[in-house]
Amino acid sequence: MRSLQSTEAVIAAVLVVVMLLIGLINPAFWGVDNLFSLARANVVIGIMALGVLLIMISGGIDVSFPAISAAALYITVRTMVALDYDGVVLPFIAASVIGVLLGTFNAFIIERFRMIPLIVTLGTASIVRGLVLGLLGTSIVNINKMPKELIAFGKQDLVSVTAQNGATVGLTAMVLVYIGVAVVMHIVLRHTMMGRSVYAYGGDPESARRAGVNTRRTIYFVYCTAGLLAGFAGLLHASMIWQANPRDFIGLELDVIAAVVLGGASIFGGRGSVLGTMIGVFTLVMIKNSLILMKVDTTWQRVVVGVIIIAATAITAWRDRKKLV
Amino acid sequence: MAVEAERKPLIRRLLGEDAAIVQLAAITLLIFAVMAGLNPDKFLRYYNFESISYVMPELGILCIAMMVAMLTGGIDLSIVAIANLAAITAGIYFRHPAVAESIAAGGAGAVLHTIMGVLIALTVGLAAGLLNGVLIARLRIIPILATLGTGQVFAGLALVLTGGPAIAGYPQAWTWIGTGKLLGIAAPFWILIVVAVVVAVVLRRTHLGVNLMLIGTNARAAVFAGIRSSRMILYSYAMTGLMAAIAGILLSGRTNSAKADFGSSYLLQAVLIAVLGGTNPAGGKGRVAGVLLALVALMLLSSGMQIMRVSNFMIDAVWGAFLVLVIAINYLRSPK
Repeated sequence: MRSLQSTEAVIAAVLVVVMLLIGLINPAFWGVDNLFSLARANVVIGIMALGVLLIMISGGIDVSFPAISAAALYITVRTMVALDYDGVVLPFIAASVIGVLLGTFNAFIIERFRMIPLIVTLGTASIVRGLVLGLLGTSIVNINKMPKELIAFGKQDLVSVTAQNGATVGLTAMVLVYIGVAVVMHIVLRHTMMGRSVYAYGGDPESARRAGVNTRRTIYFVYCTAGLLAGFAGLLHASMIWQANPRDFIGLELDVIAAVVLGGASIFGGRGSVLGTMIGVFTLVMIKNSLILMKVDTTWQRVVVGVIIIAATAITAWRDRKKLV
Repeated sequence: MAVEAERKPLIRRLLGEDAAIVQLAAITLLIFAVMAGLNPDKFLRYYNFESISYVMPELGILCIAMMVAMLTGGIDLSIVAIANLAAITAGIYFRHPAVAESIAAGGAGAVLHTIMGVLIALTVGLAAGLLNGVLIARLRIIPILATLGTGQVFAGLALVLTGGPAIAGYPQAWTWIGTGKLLGIAAPFWILIVVAVVVAVVLRRTHLGVNLMLIGTNARAAVFAGIRSSRMILYSYAMTGLMAAIAGILLSGRTNSAKADFGSSYLLQAVLIAVLGGTNPAGGKGRVAGVLLALVALMLLSSGMQIMRVSNFMIDAVWGAFLVLVIAINYLRSPK
């Protein structure tokens, strides 16, 4: 436990140093509007990252969650538009259910055919994206057609402040949703049998089996929960940006996986925490957003993300080196 | 009796170690028959097969590259980015005023500069592959994450080099590599054959190939057996990078352009074809012949669907479904 805590302390220290550096280069970083927009940018990626964290703790990896998110948000919004239905609770339940169903599909193939999760989720991502774009079309549901209540839900602010330039900036209330999901996830991982069996399974599947962990149920739990979070985050994204685009989130898996690894989770499974992941997400989002503030050309963004992935994995590989041959 | 004795091993081979190949050949024939039956006049045209022979090689070489990475239980998610980066670097070389002038003058200078461009592209591929190899074999980063990261870096560098838009205007000799003909057969197809034969020989007949199979079968045992495991893995990723660069040359030669995000769907297809071709993603098993058969099967499938005007999105979905189906078949066939 202590090593986990120290891992988080290291990430937090890195975060603080990076923040100070960015602040020195461009003081605008500490502006309320920038901090609020940073918090806003954390919400959707953060919720997805919590799902990926769960999968990584179990020793797997998922590249299908962006496709699941896009499918859940687009199917839900298109259905709402078609039925002329407006509301908040039911759509979010629907999106989550779509996520769970797709997650179940992942779990079924991974568990039944004992296949490497990366390959399985590459395949399911392609199926889900292809079917959504092929059957439902590619047209974006824009703000005029988006259900009004969904937009109103995403628009809510916790506090709003008037910035120096006169514009009003608000801290989105969706931050509370993110924190709520994180707290639940933390409790599940740390204080329930299911959460402990995810750690046990990720640490060593065979030992977990012999210790009496129901491995099948664990795998289903992991992928269904990740699917649920992906579906939920997808619709949340739509309500926050006021449009539904079936092509959203393409390539996002890289950022999210990078953030989770940066947060100290081990891809070998058995290690990782909610707090670490949240710090990892914040660090990655902040660095990406701040590249613009620091007047770095946007074309360099991908290089920076790649270097962060390599550096973070190199450090975790060094930390976990004894586990290797 | 003598005939019997000769036959038996063949039958045993067909049912035993070559069962996967036989099964694949059957799938390929089945797809061919179905597609030919569904659209007889369009599918069976010479033109259709000719166009397949131009498009197939770049994907095929990426598939073989993926298979080589999978032999040791790894994976290379950066191959498409390497291919694009290699083609773009060469494209930038051709853009250099002095080089462009010499190419415009034609003659031996143009050919010489094209060869130079090919060497540059191959060097970029080799360097990228070596970087992957160092990260995986020396720093012990898990291949998925290492190549995910380097893939971002390579794609990012390609974006930085081009600033976004595609690079066009490759010299004639370069586009010949992607569109030309040699002895009536597409030039890229010849390159695919050469790459396939070389890799098959390396895997089957050299120390490197045998060692890679052993490492993939049991990494720990391989170390105890005295195999210089990390060096072998380094070589395998260098090979993968080199092949990715060749694919990049073919792609840019065929389309006479290169862009940072070309061919992104090739990544999934390369994984799919490698797995369909009997490669075990956990390592230790993989054959060039299997990958080539799987490649032909899926090229026929997608060309048939394109003729039937199935949308590209649905074709993507079918590819994914095929991958899942293959996983299921491989599982059911394998001894439990």
